[in-house]
Amino acid sequence: MSRLGPRLLRFLVVLILIGAVPPARAEALDLAIKKLVFENGMTVLLLERPSLPFVVVDAKILGGSLYDPEDRPGTASLTASLLTQGTASRSAIDLAETLDSVGASLRSSASDDFASVSLTVLKKDVQLGFEILADVLMNPSFAEGEIAREKAQVLAQIKSDLDDPGRIADKLFASLVFKNHPYAHPVEGTEESLQKIGREDLAAFFKRYYRPNNIVMAVVGDITEEEAIEIVNARFGRWAFRNVETPAIRPVPKTARVAKVVSKDLKQATIRLGHPGIRRSSPDYYAAYVMNHILGGGGFSSRMMTRVRDEKGLAYDIRSGFDAGLEPGAFSVSVQTKNETAPDAVEMVLEEINRIRKTVVSEAELADAKSYLIGSFPLRLDTNRKIAGVLSSVEFYGLGLDYFESYPRRIDSVSREEVLKMARKHLNPKNYVLVIVGKPDAGRLP
Amino acid sequence: MRRRARRTSRAGAAWLSLALVLTPVPAGAGPKVVQDLLDNGLKVVAVQDDKSPVSTLQVWYKVGSRHETPGKTGLSHLLEHMMFKGTAKVGKGEYSRTVARHGGTENAFTNRDATVYFQKFAPDRLELALSLEADRMTNLLLDPAEFELERKVVMEERRMRIEDDPTSIVVEEMFAAAYKVHPYRHPTIGWMEDLAVLSREDLVRHYKRWYVPNNAIVIVAGPTDPAEAIAKVKAAFGKIPKGDLPSETAVQEPPPLGERRVKVKKEAQLPFVFAGYPVPRVGHPDEYALDLLAQVLAAGKSSRLYRSLVYEKQIAAYAAASYDQMTSQDPALFYLYAGVKPGVRTEDVEKALYREIELLAAQPVPEKELEKAKNQIEAAFILGQDSIFNQARQIGQAELVGVGVRYIENYIANIRKVAAADVQRAAKDYFSEDRRTVGILVPVSPKTQGAEPGEGRSGE
Repeated sequence: MSRLGPRLLRFLVVLILIGAVPPARAEALDLAIKKLVFENGMTVLLLERPSLPFVVVDAKILGGSLYDPEDRPGTASLTASLLTQGTASRSAIDLAETLDSVGASLRSSASDDFASVSLTVLKKDVQLGFEILADVLMNPSFAEGEIAREKAQVLAQIKSDLDDPGRIADKLFASLVFKNHPYAHPVEGTEESLQKIGREDLAAFFKRYYRPNNIVMAVVGDITEEEAIEIVNARFGRWAFRNVETPAIRPVPKTARVAKVVSKDLKQATIRLGHPGIRRSSPDYYAAYVMNHILGGGGFSSRMMTRVRDEKGLAYDIRSGFDAGLEPGAFSVSVQTKNETAPDAVEMVLEEINRIRKTVVSEAELADAKSYLIGSFPLRLDTNRKIAGVLSSVEFYGLGLDYFESYPRRIDSVSREEVLKMARKHLNPKNYVLVIVGKPDAGRLP
Repeated sequence: MRRRARRTSRAGAAWLSLALVLTPVPAGAGPKVVQDLLDNGLKVVAVQDDKSPVSTLQVWYKVGSRHETPGKTGLSHLLEHMMFKGTAKVGKGEYSRTVARHGGTENAFTNRDATVYFQKFAPDRLELALSLEADRMTNLLLDPAEFELERKVVMEERRMRIEDDPTSIVVEEMFAAAYKVHPYRHPTIGWMEDLAVLSREDLVRHYKRWYVPNNAIVIVAGPTDPAEAIAKVKAAFGKIPKGDLPSETAVQEPPPLGERRVKVKKEAQLPFVFAGYPVPRVGHPDEYALDLLAQVLAAGKSSRLYRSLVYEKQIAAYAAASYDQMTSQDPALFYLYAGVKPGVRTEDVEKALYREIELLAAQPVPEKELEKAKNQIEAAFILGQDSIFNQARQIGQAELVGVGVRYIENYIANIRKVAAADVQRAAKDYFSEDRRTVGILVPVSPKTQGAEPGEGRSGE
């Protein structure tokens, strides 16, 4: 603790958990990650990478659209966007000028599970970067003029989303799968909900969730442990711990079979098929992940890709996935094909789902899936920016600092029987939501 | 691109996939770069960078849609797809399966000037990666049945990327109008009518002509020692014979005689304006001033277009400018574009875009603003080194257009030399009304009746 100045010690004590326990390391990746927990509850994951003179920060706040007030979807997103649109001492224009002048970037946004703020700044400007980062996280002004401006931007985006068949399909699919669960609404809200959101809603949401103990921050780059501790103390030291109460979330509803066509004058039918899936914390996660990789998850060798694209030439892209979050996100299949072949594509998707639920995958298929998932793991961490994103996610979802070591083991331990079990447990070829945007031949749909 | 990246919901981003936008990034203090030219004409660049245990291999063929003739557009891109469909040694789908089995990822992209294949893998798999690339440089099967299937896949790709995306159509139409003669007018993915009639023989001819070592650049980047990397490239590619390359003919694009306008009438929610001006490519003394012009107009939220159109006037959902000088031939295009906000007149947004250029022609950029733009470029240059893949790509691009690694090394110094007067002169010289081509998306009402888009979005 001696590295802390006495003045700062009054506010915070740095508990370097790593001091007692050897740092978690990913051998192949050689990631010497340090986890620093400050007395105000702020968690910082640090990875020193001095080879290039810059620092990236990725902060995740437990305050995504999952926690939107029920009658005001879009609150989390608007709150996050407005962080960088002015603080008590800096206008939106001042912020933009200051950051652009040193070529730094600062972005804030929300997703289903979390809000995030990311900073990229040259080493020489790291003090300035953290000063602004702390300012936007602690003192956003939510000025009326900025709120109106941001709302108009979001409304324009919502409108232009109607020209994007993928977005139309995603939104309708989520609303049908999740019904009254908060994953049902778009992160950015709706035209109706945005009208209801006022400054007081944003201020209240901010006050409730933007707390040091509700944030995980990954810091990667040309910065030492001493520097990081000092800078976090100096910038976030006065940010007080306060208990954060998270709202109760309804269970995800059961899915009854439903099919909807959004008729639009398009060349292709954009298809989504699926149902509720699993949480990120589910013990089934890794086995389900491997199963999905074989089915339609990854690369050019999945069963769905082979069947629909390579053997039939029906689509440019087809993929399936589990959107595993704090809550059980959807399992979904996405594919686009010309209108005439939409029923064929849907049929093939269902056949592949049935097949993987019926028979065990071959030894070779499983071995290939594992060697890809394990071998390509480091590729997901080949830039400081990517590492920062993964580190903050690992901490946010509580995957543990041994994640980088345990991931290969977990993937490797999945058996053929487990794959079958996962397919039977987590895929449902009877009760699913089917959404098609385009002009498909509806009479031929299942 | 053989497979799409994750869709982005950001409006206006879609067209970026058409034009390969590149900010040159110097190697500077970064990685060690060693080059070699093999006897068969293959250019090799080895980049040593041991920041992460990942290697990148890129094979650049100097052939793209500019090498295609009217009626046969889309040939280079369709051939790119066929490169994954098997050789005499490596069967259909085996290429991808092999790379994946070794923990690697792979893909490819085609643009107007080049067709590029890439892999990322663990450094100890370099030989395997090289052997797969060397194999398909000469042994491609181009199986007739596979060709017919892949033609369908590319048609689906075109439907998805272009035909069902109104802003992408505008970009395609604007390019076709901005270039009257030069083959840069061709869409890389090809016109649908051409895709329908391309034959296997067209592909065979294209492959034999252009897929030769003296028309390729191999880039290996990662922790491997450059001498070792070059030796391995030599071992894999050295025996492939040199090909007979047709001599390069530069097509001269005649100067524009007045503004050209293209309207696209499609079912859409919001209009879109996309204006392009012919400007010099890399190597011209004005390129750095044009870079700074684009920077002042469009980099960051303090940039002129964002500040004026999006923030202050609130007439555009987004507004930007872009200059990509890294083309093989002249002219390059400098473009301005904006998404019109609901309830705003398209012509007001268009005028506001031009007004920002006119201001830059009328008055020099204040020193502080110019310094900011230079700082942004320099920071982007350092930050760009975060990705070894990105660096390899920039080196490949510099080699492709003939300026080489040296260009990248000197880039920042050249940017630093630009004076406000240079930027003002560039704004005056290249951006007159008579030189521009404008593409406008004119939304029309839906043709079909039925469920409203977005039906059932909430509360069901």
